Amino acid sequence: MTVFAKPKSLTDAPLHYCPGCTHGIIHRLVAEAIDELGIEGRTIGVASVGCSVMAYNYFTVDMVQAAHGRAPAVATGVKRSDPSKIVFTYQGDGDLASIGTCETVHSAARGENITIIFVNNAIYGMTGGQMAPTSLPGQITQTSPYGRDVATQGYPIKMCEMLSQLDGASYLERVAVNSVKNVRNAKKAILKAFRNQVEGKGFSLIEVISTCPTNWGMTPEKALAWVDEKMIPYYPLGVYKDKYAEVQ
Amino acid sequence: MAEKVLMKGNEAIAEAAILAGCRHYFGYPITPQTEVAAYMAKRMPKIGGTFLQAESEIAAINMVIGVASTGKRAMTSSSSPGISLKCEGLSYLAGCDLPALVVNVERGGPGLGGIQPSQSDYFQATRGSGHGDFHMIVLAPASVQEMASLTMKGFDLADKYRMTSMILADGTMGQMMEPVILEAPELVKYEKPWALTGTDGKRPHNIVNSLFLVPEDLEKMNFARYERYRTVEENEAAAEEFMMEDAEIAVVAFGVAARVSKNAILAARERGIKVGLIRPITLWPFPKANIAAAAAHAKHFVSVELSMGQMIEDVRLAMDCARPVSLVNRAGGMIPSPDEVLAEIEKIQGGIHA
Amino acid sequence: MPKLTFQTDLCKGCGLCVAACPKKILVLASDKINKKGHHPVEITDQTKCIACAFCATMCPDCIITIEKD
Repeated sequence: MTVFAKPKSLTDAPLHYCPGCTHGIIHRLVAEAIDELGIEGRTIGVASVGCSVMAYNYFTVDMVQAAHGRAPAVATGVKRSDPSKIVFTYQGDGDLASIGTCETVHSAARGENITIIFVNNAIYGMTGGQMAPTSLPGQITQTSPYGRDVATQGYPIKMCEMLSQLDGASYLERVAVNSVKNVRNAKKAILKAFRNQVEGKGFSLIEVISTCPTNWGMTPEKALAWVDEKMIPYYPLGVYKDKYAEVQ
Repeated sequence: MAEKVLMKGNEAIAEAAILAGCRHYFGYPITPQTEVAAYMAKRMPKIGGTFLQAESEIAAINMVIGVASTGKRAMTSSSSPGISLKCEGLSYLAGCDLPALVVNVERGGPGLGGIQPSQSDYFQATRGSGHGDFHMIVLAPASVQEMASLTMKGFDLADKYRMTSMILADGTMGQMMEPVILEAPELVKYEKPWALTGTDGKRPHNIVNSLFLVPEDLEKMNFARYERYRTVEENEAAAEEFMMEDAEIAVVAFGVAARVSKNAILAARERGIKVGLIRPITLWPFPKANIAAAAAHAKHFVSVELSMGQMIEDVRLAMDCARPVSLVNRAGGMIPSPDEVLAEIEKIQGGIHA
Repeated sequence: MPKLTFQTDLCKGCGLCVAACPKKILVLASDKINKKGHHPVEITDQTKCIACAFCATMCPDCIITIEKD
């Protein structure tokens, strides 16, 4: 009996991510959700621009690669073209919360029946470690070399909190993948977000606090600890909106 | 027999798109094309199509990309500044080899400019619609009937060649009302094995993508694309010729400039001047053959434009600068008058028959 | 007895599985290098494995398969 195996919705392509980068865990959770709901044949994914730009090589579903920040708009087009398809986007913090803030807010406001996976690691990984809209005050990055100074570089954006104000958003939850317990909760949330779409329950976004050992300048193990010490206190885990939970 | 109706150019585009099988429109209000969106807002819900006023022109073109990637016909419309916003999306459409229809009802520029008509996005449409090597098929209507017929043709060519078709209409075309016959075209069904339709567990996944990090691969994509563009140039260049058979002076103009020029030409002919009009219907591919052939007998060309002179460069190139080309132009939303064109024709006549 | 198999050549030596294992039976082999140049994970004692799957849960590269009779 197989206790644990790689999900079917992941291809055999070796992942290009850095050692210990939790993108790999999150990809697996998305693939497990697709497998468990039996939707591989009718799922279409939208890859974004960031470390995960080549996500189209890792999922076995049809995929389109979107311009930086525009994935929710592309997903809107794909979903409106055929609402029977299950459409998801997979985006980093620059893609979703910087250049793509408008598309993120409006796809939520419209209540598009899509699933957004938002990977928040408080830094721009692909381009070599610049400040992200979600970088923490005082965090040292390539473009905040003296530490993020809120006076001149502003405050981080808390996306789940912000989007929770929108009537159009159905389900918003923030999770993390820095421990087995958190990974299991993240899996539940991601599965629920996809199931919501299958059941026509509108817009779901799961914000996953992730690590970037390379650009944080830490070992993978220390990066998991930094999530507990610094990230989660600023970005508390939990459900920020659940329209269908209230209706019980 | 389809009936003749009196319609505004912008609305004719919308109805023609629907007749051509387009069921997805994404737009944003901007003068002078907002009627396209308003018409679609009323019509699309009634036929089970998508009308969506997007959050921006950028979002709109990306929604078009989304639909196009699934193999269905989709369109957006905007006007000059909004088209600038879409440039990234136009490049992505080309890099992904996706069909789409984009309408630009041009207004005065640059910057916020004005809301009166112009043709000053010619360079943008034919040369600079986005980063990288690519072309769009650019169609220039000169009547409300052509607003409709070129929209239908645009969808067909887009699917046939896996390209974007752009309807480049000056503001006059969008706003004017003329009788138009709207007839559903014979819809050719193009196979789209690349489309994202869900694997259904029966085939390997399709990827719609423009990222090719291995330079040899990206080079191959570019060369293959330009092979296709060569076919388009060989087969799809189109122009109307008016009184060109014996012309010693050739006027080249599109859109409203062509309408104005025809009046000037008729007046000039009454004065015995042998002048004709070449009206490009496709701006890309530019009807080079028509220009080159005319250069055999026409001694002087006149480019009439609502810009600071953009198409004039293509006129010169098409005949290897064999003949002199003058420019009659207005800008900022002003339209050249027949008298202004006639004055230039007479000046040239004086010169070549001095 | 549970059986843990690794796709050794895909291991990036990140150590997340080693840290996660409650029985402390995983190590990065300091004397071995896989095709990508990493020290891959290996199991020191299969008999102590309880098939909790903590290792596989934390592996970003899906290299671990766990079977149980």
